[in-house]
Amino acid sequence: MATLGSAQLPAEASVGSRVSPAQVTKLAPRHSGLVRVTHWITALSFFALLLTGIEILISHPRFYWGETGTVLTKPLFQLPIPASRRSVPTGYGYVLPDQNGWSRALHFEAAWIAVLTGLLYVIFGLVTRHFRKDLVPSKADLSWRALLTSFAKPLRLERPSAAEASSYNGLQRLTYLIVIFVLFPLVIWSGLAMSLAFASAFPWSVTLLGGRQSARTIHFFVSLALVLFLFVHVAMVCLAGFWSRTGAMITGRVGPRKEHT
Amino acid sequence: MINLSRRKLIVTGLAATAGASGLAVAARLAQKYGLVPPDHGGIYGLGESLTYGSQRLLTRHSLAREFPRSRISPRPFPNALDPLTEEFKRLQAGGFAGWRLSIDGMVHQPASMSIADLKSYPSRSHITELACEEGWSYIAEWIGVPLSYVLQHVGVRPQARYVVYVSMEPNTWDSIDMADALHPQTLLCYGINGSELPVPHGGPLRMRLPRQCGYKNIKFITRLTVTDSLKGFGKGVGSAASEAGYAWYAGI
Repeated sequence: MATLGSAQLPAEASVGSRVSPAQVTKLAPRHSGLVRVTHWITALSFFALLLTGIEILISHPRFYWGETGTVLTKPLFQLPIPASRRSVPTGYGYVLPDQNGWSRALHFEAAWIAVLTGLLYVIFGLVTRHFRKDLVPSKADLSWRALLTSFAKPLRLERPSAAEASSYNGLQRLTYLIVIFVLFPLVIWSGLAMSLAFASAFPWSVTLLGGRQSARTIHFFVSLALVLFLFVHVAMVCLAGFWSRTGAMITGRVGPRKEHT
Repeated sequence: MINLSRRKLIVTGLAATAGASGLAVAARLAQKYGLVPPDHGGIYGLGESLTYGSQRLLTRHSLAREFPRSRISPRPFPNALDPLTEEFKRLQAGGFAGWRLSIDGMVHQPASMSIADLKSYPSRSHITELACEEGWSYIAEWIGVPLSYVLQHVGVRPQARYVVYVSMEPNTWDSIDMADALHPQTLLCYGINGSELPVPHGGPLRMRLPRQCGYKNIKFITRLTVTDSLKGFGKGVGSAASEAGYAWYAGI
């Protein structure tokens, strides 16, 4: 019981008189204040980016590889959805309304907020050793056996134990590190590479990705990976106890969770 | 306890004051150095200002990527056009001999030029990508006279900050700052891939800005106005596109 989180106290806490509120508040929070604030700003920005990204995408739901691509060239693939432009052959007999103006504005504004928030988070994580303490997996965490167990347990709809409320398992640690240090940087890079002005100052940002249209296609697939992460993330939160885990990300503390009977 | 909370209060107060005055100073400096776009108002103004301001600092003199001739797209895609006006059709029937580009505003010698006049000036061409905000793009060789040459020719007054350009198409106009107007790749474009600029691509005269999205590259240019403020033009947000909700600055 060396790593006492407030989650291990539900039985005692429910008695009330034995653990005073002062004692409970002395325990380190599950998530630090900065992690909580940056988490929700990122969540909001991500939602805005996703919505507006889809909106921009439907004006040209065709993808290409390399530098160029138009309706006159063969696409790598085309999404089977209607488009918001008459010039795109979709097979649908109608054209969706053009929403690109505000979608682009909100997309870039949300991107600014997400990137600045992410920078703050990464600096904080390095300075306070948050990454090293909470996210870098130990050798034991990385054994195939441990990873497989972490993977199989939720598939059997097994809820995490109370001890797991205060720390991440190896699979979670790996996933978060990949999201923070691979997927987010890639989605930012491929997004910036699509900026004509940015590319004029940093041409390698486009050429390293294989061209402008490759950057757009990569941007799409990395976004898909982030959406997949979001689904699994929310599913795991629900499995562990939606209100207790969400509460922990809001107040910092893991409240006593209601057990299903 | 009381001391601690008082200290906290003072520190928080000082930090808030420093933050607010820091922001005010930053906003004033940004305004002074031309880092604030005309459409900086509204809920998206923060994003527009951050993008324009940072890209102006990073990319004032950078050149759009140019490509070898071998990478020119075999079929450049001309986006859809609105129906052409009667006046346009009349000029088209005359081979655009009667097309005039007028230049006025903060210039020493307001002028009116024909396409032949523009072609008599030193031409420049570049093989660059035209990228639409929708997502598609193609590479072509663009031929024209640098806007900077024409501006030099008429003599721009020192207080000039923007060039407004107007199309023959109804309600189609835009503007750029002097960084883009004087940029060596900004062309008054009359040719593509070794021949005349066809009408679907904006012939006889198109603004060609390879560092901004397609919609800033307006077709059928008839008028340039040099100005120190965009307030008197339309609703004052810099272009017909930004009045319709599209960002004035389209470097992204």
